[in-house]
Amino acid sequence: MKNLPWASLVIIVTMLFMAVFAPFIAPHSPIDQTLADKLLPPFWEEGGSAKYLLGTDVFGRDVLSRLFYGARVSMIVSALALTVGGGVGLVIGIVSGYVGGRVDNLLMRIVDAALAFPAILFALLLAVTMGQGLRTIVIAISLLLWARFARVVRGEVLALKQRDFIALARVHGCSPVRIMVTHILPNVMNTFMVLLTLYVGVVIVAEASLSFLGAGVPPPTPSWGLMVAEGRGKIASAWWISLIPGVAITLVVLAFNLFGDWLRDRLDPKLRQL
Amino acid sequence: MSGDIVLEVRDLHTHFFLRRGVVKVVDGVSFSLARGEVLGLVGESGCGKSVTALSLLRLLPQPAARTVQGKVLLDGENILTKSDREMRQIRGSKIAMILQDPQTSLNPVFTIGDQLRESIAKLYPGQHDTVMPRVIEALRKVKLAAPEQRIDQYPHQMSGGMKQRVVGAIAISREPRVLIADEPTTALDVTIQLQYLKLLKELQQNSDMAILFITHDFGIVAKMCDRVAVMYAGRIVESGPVRQVFDNPRHPYTQALIGSVPKMRRQVGRLQTIEGQPPAFSDLPHGCRFAPRCPLADDRCQTTYPSSFAVGAEHTADCWKVGAAV
Amino acid sequence: MTEPLLCAESLRKHFPVTKGILFAKTVGHVKAVDDIDFSIATGETLGLVGESGCGKTTTSRLILRLEQPTSGQIRLQGKSIHGMQGKALRDYRRLVQAVFQDPWSSLNSRMPVGKIIAESLVVTQWGSRRDISQRVAEVMVEVGLRPADAQHYPHEFSGGQRQRIALASALASNPKLIVLDEPVSALDVSIRAQILNLLKDIQQRDNVAYLLIAHNLATVRHMAHQTAVMYLGQIVDYAPTEELFCNVLHPYTKALLAAVLPDHPDLRNDEIVLTGEVPSPLNPPSGCRFHTRCPFVMPKCAQDEPPLREATSGHRVACHLYS
Repeated sequence: MKNLPWASLVIIVTMLFMAVFAPFIAPHSPIDQTLADKLLPPFWEEGGSAKYLLGTDVFGRDVLSRLFYGARVSMIVSALALTVGGGVGLVIGIVSGYVGGRVDNLLMRIVDAALAFPAILFALLLAVTMGQGLRTIVIAISLLLWARFARVVRGEVLALKQRDFIALARVHGCSPVRIMVTHILPNVMNTFMVLLTLYVGVVIVAEASLSFLGAGVPPPTPSWGLMVAEGRGKIASAWWISLIPGVAITLVVLAFNLFGDWLRDRLDPKLRQL
Repeated sequence: MSGDIVLEVRDLHTHFFLRRGVVKVVDGVSFSLARGEVLGLVGESGCGKSVTALSLLRLLPQPAARTVQGKVLLDGENILTKSDREMRQIRGSKIAMILQDPQTSLNPVFTIGDQLRESIAKLYPGQHDTVMPRVIEALRKVKLAAPEQRIDQYPHQMSGGMKQRVVGAIAISREPRVLIADEPTTALDVTIQLQYLKLLKELQQNSDMAILFITHDFGIVAKMCDRVAVMYAGRIVESGPVRQVFDNPRHPYTQALIGSVPKMRRQVGRLQTIEGQPPAFSDLPHGCRFAPRCPLADDRCQTTYPSSFAVGAEHTADCWKVGAAV
Repeated sequence: MTEPLLCAESLRKHFPVTKGILFAKTVGHVKAVDDIDFSIATGETLGLVGESGCGKTTTSRLILRLEQPTSGQIRLQGKSIHGMQGKALRDYRRLVQAVFQDPWSSLNSRMPVGKIIAESLVVTQWGSRRDISQRVAEVMVEVGLRPADAQHYPHEFSGGQRQRIALASALASNPKLIVLDEPVSALDVSIRAQILNLLKDIQQRDNVAYLLIAHNLATVRHMAHQTAVMYLGQIVDYAPTEELFCNVLHPYTKALLAAVLPDHPDLRNDEIVLTGEVPSPLNPPSGCRFHTRCPFVMPKCAQDEPPLREATSGHRVACHLYS
């Protein structure tokens, strides 16, 4: 217990708390515009007030409330994209690795193609054809993820296949599907978990980037990336509009990365010390 | 065998400092090695024999492990007190080691020639032209066929037996006083093992090198060793000239160990077994460490660690039952 | 003589060696198993001896149907095991099981031990859940484990105990034949004796046959009724164990025996040291495959392959010295 990555956990839990309880803890609505109160600085600056703790943006919307609701977006998009992309990658990785042969060759060539694709460009294309929205961005990011997951999982499966208990499972009469589900899957879960935590950061940044480029969640729904984009023109005068969500993104991604590293060290027996 | 003691280990204690506590892996080991002699250090996995070897070479995994007590005298000088730089001079040149797995003992990205050259060049500094011929000579000494071609080969192009020969060549290239062999033939086929053991014996006889042979196999001891020390749970429980220990093993563990191996000469219905398992280092018994598994153990055995009793010429066993009989 | 439990006839397994990535071309064959015949009697042990590359592991994989033979047959109780499907295959899986060398690799570390042992029963629908649990408890006791340990995970057990678990999982379905591939090599010396004694007890009690693959001749001599010596994919010496070891015929067998480590320092016998390395199974020597290392080689040996023929009663050798 003493070795838990406390700082990372605090940040992660805070973000989740913000996301889940946003409607209850946000002091203002994230989308209502109060033009009279526009461009107010955070409370510690001159001109700031306790009413808007982190200031307001160009439409008078409360930055703090938008930060909370933006956390929601990040969390929902991450959860969905990781489930879909990660899940697909996991299944393909296991099947490709275990079945081997031509199936493996074919799937890996598709993975290579997917990895070679310029992801952001493709996401933008999707946004244009399918329209902006949650569905689009989840699909776009999932497409970014699945191939990477598949490759790593397949590597693990190839190593696992050499272990005697797999051969013994065949001797006991297990079908290939049973082996993949009861023997292979539980043994790649560790790697899969670590991958999930390490890729949360990637997904959040991807969502933020896409929103920044205008291909993500459409306004007025606040997203941290969108908030950074909106404050772009006013960095010199109203720095808080871009900087605060920017710092939030950085902290959360860092926290997940550190947590993922810690998890990997804990779960990977090869790295365990004597 | 000559009487010159080339290596003397006195009361060696090596501890591992882990999160869960201190583990006393080597807990008071003493032995000596004379010039030209082969001493077998026998024990099962986890008894501390490999850690003993690493302690001699000061190659313990740091910071987890440390030798906390004892002296290791190489030609009279205590090498435990030497500086890192001095130890680097000693390793490879005065004491060399060969390990079990030939696969990991050689660097896969360098040719055999390069790896040997590195070692031999240190012996003859400044004489660059003579190094390669000496490399080929070293390979010939270990009976590696076609050495001129081998020097350009990589480890993966050679079989296990050949790799072990190369490892042997590197080890003896600087004519060490002591060679520590840690289970070098465990991974080799039976006929290859024979070739290799013969080779070691020849090399040893030609150079008067002393060998500390670490093994779990009494057959190797019978074949190669002049003296044997049996290790259990971090301590030596019996030691003596090899014939004496085989003819008259006095410690119950030694007896059981020898009795549990199937023999070619004599067929038995059931093999002798030892109940239970070796103790965990974190949970060592207070008295004799073998007492929980010993059929002869009594109260004294459980509470007090036995002293060393002489059984014959230079043959001792650490067992109360032996003491009673003597 | 009663029908053998298992017999192999003219068994061959050649692995193609391919070059190229996209359009692979076969450039040669590794003749891992090259025309062998042997049989195992009910309740008896056949020892298969040989060094790396001799084909013993491939032979065991063929018997376990982990590989398909290139040609030849394996019959269990008279019926060919190839092409078995459905119920016949399920029955086969129940009758033929295995224990492998490495106790750390043989058990799925994410499964509780009870489930590992029950697997062959669950998969072949052996009985109800209650019947299966009962059988698992029964078989755990048979191998010297406590039934209460069924909920624990493999890493909580020692090497010797893990091999017992592996053995229990092989015994669960009441097999008639167990393939033991170096069952004790990875264990400590004192634990080996426990497991070997246990194997013998089980054979006597349950009348199970074993195919024992081992490189340690003393172990084979202790356990096996019949022994076959393999070299580069072929059986070169095949006889009842005592006969093989007492009346040593084939030069390779002689060399193997000479390489066995002595029981006592005074028995440092004088050895036949074989020269050279084991040739590659990709390109075995012509004629008798052993001729390149044989101390008794004759000119004929490089040209004609000696057939495995009976030299004395019950003792078959593949060597020109005896034909």
